[in-house]
Amino acid sequence: MSIVIHNVSKQFGQFQALQPTNLTISSGKLVALLGPSGSGKSTLLRVISGLETPDTGSIIIDDQDHTHLDVRQRNIGFVFQHYALFKHLTIRQNIAFGLEIQRHPREAIRKRVNDLLDLIQLAGLGDRYPAQLSGGQRQRVALARALAVEPRVLLLDEPFGALDAKVRKELRSWLRRLHDEVHVTSVFVTHDQEEAMEVADEIVIMNQGKIEQVGTAVEVYDRPATPFVMGFIGTVNVIPKTSPIAKQFSSIEHTQDIFVRPQDVEIFSNPEPKTISATVERIIPMGSEIQIELRLSDNTILISYVSHFKFTQLQLKTAQNVFICVHKSQVFTEEAGGGHQTLNLATSGSHF
Amino acid sequence: MMVRFPGLRFTSLSWPWVVTIGYLLVLLCLPILALLSQTFTLSPDEFWAIATAPIALAAYQVTFVTALGAALLNGIMGTIIAWVLVRYEFPGRKLVDAAIDLPFALPTAVAGLLLATLYSENGWIGQLFTPFGIKIAFTRLGVWVAMVFISLPFIVRTVQPVLQELEPEVEEAAWSLGASPGQTFWRIIFPPLFPSILTGMALGFSRAVGEYGSVVIVSSGIPFRDLIAPVLIFQRLEQYDYSGASVIGIVLLVIALLLLLTINRLQQWGQHYAD
Repeated sequence: MSIVIHNVSKQFGQFQALQPTNLTISSGKLVALLGPSGSGKSTLLRVISGLETPDTGSIIIDDQDHTHLDVRQRNIGFVFQHYALFKHLTIRQNIAFGLEIQRHPREAIRKRVNDLLDLIQLAGLGDRYPAQLSGGQRQRVALARALAVEPRVLLLDEPFGALDAKVRKELRSWLRRLHDEVHVTSVFVTHDQEEAMEVADEIVIMNQGKIEQVGTAVEVYDRPATPFVMGFIGTVNVIPKTSPIAKQFSSIEHTQDIFVRPQDVEIFSNPEPKTISATVERIIPMGSEIQIELRLSDNTILISYVSHFKFTQLQLKTAQNVFICVHKSQVFTEEAGGGHQTLNLATSGSHF
Repeated sequence: MMVRFPGLRFTSLSWPWVVTIGYLLVLLCLPILALLSQTFTLSPDEFWAIATAPIALAAYQVTFVTALGAALLNGIMGTIIAWVLVRYEFPGRKLVDAAIDLPFALPTAVAGLLLATLYSENGWIGQLFTPFGIKIAFTRLGVWVAMVFISLPFIVRTVQPVLQELEPEVEEAAWSLGASPGQTFWRIIFPPLFPSILTGMALGFSRAVGEYGSVVIVSSGIPFRDLIAPVLIFQRLEQYDYSGASVIGIVLLVIALLLLLTINRLQQWGQHYAD
């Protein structure tokens, strides 16, 4: 069941929550709407669900115009950040609610609820009340309740946002496996890039009510379309265009900031061809890697990630003088149309 | 053998305990004992005869039926008002919210005066009903209006916090599952609200049963017509019939205790799915 969003916009009072937006979500995909708070991702999700009416544009689900259909008639499943379970009903009654509204036969409801309880691995807890479950269990119940009516589209608004880090990790890999079984077209909202990259087939990155880029995890990381995406996905060094170091990128006249990923900054203990000198400012162990903060001669700070092996080899210490080579960097030049162009400036330190 | 509760020490009487027990003794137990002692001179038969005299039975009936009517009306109106206060944004909302407590704050005699003025035959509201031959002030209807007035805040203030806890997302979840507004109300919003509505009604009811100040002004105090039990007690006292007043008092006391027990049970029942 594909979703086509055509020229949809939404304003709340003076606040333009969503600029005119176009997006196509293909059938059976699990798509993440990723962005900081206030980027319009939740608004877009609520417009798809019918909980909000767009000011302009249309929503087409499965080739049918749904723009003016009420949320009740859209046959979507919606999962809320804070579960929104019916507190006075047992888990079983919660899951059965949608089926009872649709007047399914009693026996069929019982069977479907049992199947769903198995699916969410809470088979023994059907007669408990939501308050007796943990956060992770409650969100699984909310998912089962949404899936019970066999929705054409499953929408999840920050589904793991209220859970602690460990449960969140477990639940998101569970959601991924669940989607591989159920195959319902799903859209989930998140502000956590790691979550989006792990779970989603496709990531839609939003900022200030606009879509910045649509792509797979690899695409948005390796080929970010805008400076915002580059900065939002993963860590990035920004060398301001005014910095004297920026002038050393000699081949092109620089009118834009230069973006460098930390793993593209290599550290040497001795001068090599095309390296520049730097001072080790701070050493921060990050677990699997070590983050090195380097101060360049013009006081620009660059971050580099090195492996433990490399770290031992270089015998890095704070205030030590080292030499660095930037293997890859990017600038975004604004075109006449307002779009961005990506330029790979350097490979293997050709500019130093 | 000492019974020990974790966290509680009964062995050493610390001063908060002494204060609590002493205060409750003087404030609650002593008056009840005094009330009982007033009736010691009566034999059980005499006690029963006074407690069930036709005038007393009529007074109970007026009191409880009217209070129940007031609680029922406010059960509905109070819930609607609480809903509007919680869910609607409008200018002056804070003011309206504060005004709900007016019946708490207003001296009951002032309330009686206001109501008698408004609902008398020539009063602003009373004159609207006069053409239909309906008298409000100085009838049972007037008693009911007074009880409605003084019991409203109880329902609003009991339902309000429960409504505030009810997240709007829960309704959205019900809609997304295909429920109509009616189904959403009766199956999702109303059930968790119901215990608090009942509790509020019980609180309002017991307040209405005990109301004296406004009712004595807005009613005529004529037995079998609009005489309520608390006013009957006062009339007995005026006739220096202390034991007669105490018997009615004890009946009201027992009913009040039963009501408290009911309210307590209702509140527990309201929490039965909490954890």
